[in-house]
Amino acid sequence: MTSDIHALSGAYAIDALDDIERAQFERHLAECAECRAEVDGLREAAGLLAETSAAEPPAALRERLLAEVATVRPLPPVTPPPAQHTGRSRRRWVAPLVAAAAVVAALGAGGVVWHPWSDETTQAPPVSAADRVRNAPDAVSVTRRVDGGEATIVASKSLNQFVVSTEGLPALPVGKVYEMWLQDADEGMVPVSGGLMTAADSTVVLEGDLANALGAGITVEPAGGSRVPTSDPVAVFSFETA
Amino acid sequence: MGKDHVVDQFRPVTPGVPSSEGTPGGPALGELLRLSSRGDQGAFAALYDATSRRAFGLALRVVRDPAQAEEVTQEAFLEVWRTASRFDPDRGSAVAWLLTIVHRKAVDRVRSAEASSRRDVAYHQQNQPVDHDATAEAAEASLEARRVRGALENLTEVQREALELAYFGGYTHTEVATMLDLPVGTAKTRIRDGLIRLRDAMGVGR
Repeated sequence: MTSDIHALSGAYAIDALDDIERAQFERHLAECAECRAEVDGLREAAGLLAETSAAEPPAALRERLLAEVATVRPLPPVTPPPAQHTGRSRRRWVAPLVAAAAVVAALGAGGVVWHPWSDETTQAPPVSAADRVRNAPDAVSVTRRVDGGEATIVASKSLNQFVVSTEGLPALPVGKVYEMWLQDADEGMVPVSGGLMTAADSTVVLEGDLANALGAGITVEPAGGSRVPTSDPVAVFSFETA
Repeated sequence: MGKDHVVDQFRPVTPGVPSSEGTPGGPALGELLRLSSRGDQGAFAALYDATSRRAFGLALRVVRDPAQAEEVTQEAFLEVWRTASRFDPDRGSAVAWLLTIVHRKAVDRVRSAEASSRRDVAYHQQNQPVDHDATAEAAEASLEARRVRGALENLTEVQREALELAYFGGYTHTEVATMLDLPVGTAKTRIRDGLIRLRDAMGVGR
């Protein structure tokens, strides 16, 4: 856990993160019980603020709502998985969070009005944040093999975003993480916010100053990440020659 | 056993948070949510009656336009109805869970409005008159609101401003930093510190 990302708990609790930060923080939340508990407590506090702005809704709203509710079936509870297998459960935990964030990102960008009650079950988003980057007209894709696994970066300078997807990365010793860097033409290696990864296969959308980036790299760092790389990169992605 | 059940039924509406609404002695909001998740429309109506002033008031404060606030409130309560089974009483109170949904929908609404028509729409919304007399009057009637205002006195000026701009204004912490002329990255800390002080002063959460 880096102190930087931990400090986002308050802003996350009251929806004051942009879509990218929210996706990053939700990835962190999946792995940080301390932050989950803190977010719950801060939401409790935030709810109190609404006491100071209470206002009587129009009576017609109640009628409309109750009429509509009569036509909508409540979702079933989430049933617990049959067995807890850490390796599997983490992988399954991360993906839905990223997907949920992607829905928001896509909706926020398109200004689409979402009617959550119009379908009975949660459904896949029409366009994910990752696809938005991949479909950008200036998207550049680079794939590198990493010790039997594979990492692909698709970068869009116009969006200033890039998608990192990993598959079969070698497992790391306890206390180590993969960290993502951008190689800035002026500032050298710059750590990417939210760019810490485990060996679990994942696809994440990250943000950085791509206009000035020559390339990107992945190194192995102590848990929590580093401010400057402390080891040689396991993969280097050049944006120039792609 | 039977006695325990009665005691359970009559616990405060939200533990540690005496509410301005609701029916004293009626079923707890968590219980109403549980019944709603099984399709009990009467329980859902009671839940609405107990929380709609806070929900609508919050939506109105964020989106400012009464017609849009109605839509946001309706969307949020429909989601509450659909996802009531996902409420986990171990993680917090029912009202906090419900208001989190309302707030998120309200913020999504102002941000997507902004994305589609940029600043002029947001500016227009900001300058739409809100019926302050009615809103203030209703809020003043609540003792709980007074307690919260008292607790907000414990925050520093900048913590309170940052928190209110983010929560009621629907701005991101980065936008709040710019608006308050704070160094980049410090608004999020002010927001978190402010919420922690509010939480501790009101004795909610942990």
